[in-house]
Amino acid sequence: MAPLLQSSQPWVEKYRPKRVKDVAHQDEVVRVLTNTLETTNCPHMLFYGPPGTGKTTTALAIAHQLFGPELYKSRVLELNASDDRGINVVRTKIKDFAAVAVSSSHHQGMRCGVQWKLTPRSRDFFSFVTTLAEPLASRCAKFRFKPLSEEIMSSRISHICQEEGLNLDPEALSTLSSISQGDLRRAITYLQGAARLYGSSISSKDLISVSGVIPEEVVQALFEACKSGNFDLANKEVNNVIAEGYPVSQMLSQLFEIVVGADDISDEQKARICKKFAVTDKCLVDGADEYLQLLDVASNTMRALCNMAEEYS
Amino acid sequence: MLWVDKYRPKTLDKVMVHEDVAQNLKKLVTEQDCPHLLFYGPSGSGKKTLIMALLRQMFGAAADKVKVENKTWKVDAGSRTIDLELTTLSSTHHVEMNPSDAGFQDRYIVQEIIKEMAKNRPIDTKGKKGFKVLVLNEVDKLSREAQHSLRRTMEKYSASCRLILCCNSSSKVTEAIRSRCLNVRINAPTEEQIVKVLEFIGKKEGLQLPPGFAARVAEKSNRSLRRAILSFETCRVQQYPFTSNQAIPPMDWEEYVSVIASDIMKEQSPKRLFQVRGKLYELLINCIPPEMILKRLLAELLKKLDAELKHEVCHWAAYYEHRMRLGQKAIFHLEAFVAKFMSIYKEFLIATFG
Repeated sequence: MAPLLQSSQPWVEKYRPKRVKDVAHQDEVVRVLTNTLETTNCPHMLFYGPPGTGKTTTALAIAHQLFGPELYKSRVLELNASDDRGINVVRTKIKDFAAVAVSSSHHQGMRCGVQWKLTPRSRDFFSFVTTLAEPLASRCAKFRFKPLSEEIMSSRISHICQEEGLNLDPEALSTLSSISQGDLRRAITYLQGAARLYGSSISSKDLISVSGVIPEEVVQALFEACKSGNFDLANKEVNNVIAEGYPVSQMLSQLFEIVVGADDISDEQKARICKKFAVTDKCLVDGADEYLQLLDVASNTMRALCNMAEEYS
Repeated sequence: MLWVDKYRPKTLDKVMVHEDVAQNLKKLVTEQDCPHLLFYGPSGSGKKTLIMALLRQMFGAAADKVKVENKTWKVDAGSRTIDLELTTLSSTHHVEMNPSDAGFQDRYIVQEIIKEMAKNRPIDTKGKKGFKVLVLNEVDKLSREAQHSLRRTMEKYSASCRLILCCNSSSKVTEAIRSRCLNVRINAPTEEQIVKVLEFIGKKEGLQLPPGFAARVAEKSNRSLRRAILSFETCRVQQYPFTSNQAIPPMDWEEYVSVIASDIMKEQSPKRLFQVRGKLYELLINCIPPEMILKRLLAELLKKLDAELKHEVCHWAAYYEHRMRLGQKAIFHLEAFVAKFMSIYKEFLIATFG
């Protein structure tokens, strides 16, 4: 194999903490786990929490610390439940492996039949606990991972900036923390992207362009068009948003913030608008057309703001 | 060769529309390495062109020598094996494919084939460029499961394999994938930019352009560069030298949709609905995607309606398009929209004129 250039490694992998105690912000989890590791008496474990909070990192770190680098290959099996699905995989692979540890990630779509079979001495971690079968959940010690706070994010990011020789002003730092919404992986990916594109000094504008957040003025323009009560104007703005390639789901969440924060809109109007946002979000997840959905949202918002007719049936 | 292909910029330096993006991409790959990339933007905005130019920048001329292969894979899915066929475009350094072609079996493609390719790492004597690039088109059409299985694959093989994903709308790509990629938004070119490109092509072809002609072509193109160049070439074939008031031929199907629109504006009756159904079938048979028909129909109707009706009609268009996505038979939903429109419009007419 060709030797890999150090720079080609994604920073997410490069700065993945190697030991359990280095995992940021998850103090309770870390405390319990360090104890467990010292006694080497370890139950089945179930990790859950939002993306980018350190679940995979912790699991890999435990495995590394338990077995060390030599044994690691033979003692740990990493299964990605969302890719090798099916009862057979879990039965055969895990049985074959039953003597040693198993760690498996991304479980949320597995069928129940599969889940209750998963009882050998295993170490599991999952993204969403609610979609798991009760019998499986009750056999594990559960660890909840909480979203990272802004200070922790900032300190991790500053650490990486130092290591990589990047120059990040405080404004950019807070922008990065706010656009990544507690997801450290996302923050690091944005940071690396911006560093590659714009060199060593990064402003908050660069970060916004990398992250795919829609510029405030575009969102405002659409909102103003809705306020004006002129359908054709709104239609033009919607066309513009689509042609510029802004993701509509992102547009919705930014519009949502404006609507909720606005002082001159009554609560009833806000409720009407937000209800439509929810419906549209579901439609988008189902794969509906972005243009039509955004136009519908714009028209509904306009009707709410200008007190026009209510729902259609 | 069509002008669209003939004048497709081959290198990042020659790109005329997204110069800033191209320059950034160039910087990105100077260290002979890149993160995973996700290109998104409307069709005809130049995503593919930029990707091809980027590959050339990374691997030099070797990226141009592509061969088309129609491969079959046997995938072991527990109790049975599944045969999968997929067309790939590959060079020594990259593989391009369209995983959503495999339909509901797309997740096997993502799981097995991508893994298999990612494992085979190209060996270079100098020990450089130790990675392969996989270009995946239309990732937004991949099923949820396929996208879920893509995410860990992306991390696991990140040492030996870079993914370049390409899609129209990034809303349909899961957050998990988006957060693992550097997102590159490619906006549709503005009309001025299109005019610039058309004038450039005209000069290269040695054509006389009457003033304002390129601007008219650009205006008709709906900000899609591909479409502008295609209709420019059609004009050239139809009539040359150009005259300044030369008609720019609209697409056949668009004209047909506007006929449908005026049909339903004129008469709202079951008989008319029956005739319209025939016309809709005609369009579907000619492989016009149903959501494009619906969008076009809405646009045509909006031109003719009163402001108060517009809200209601666009609401129903969105409603039936969503239904169409969930359902199987597009014609039902198209027809339901037409029927709904007729009933709304008739009611409106009765209320206003009695």
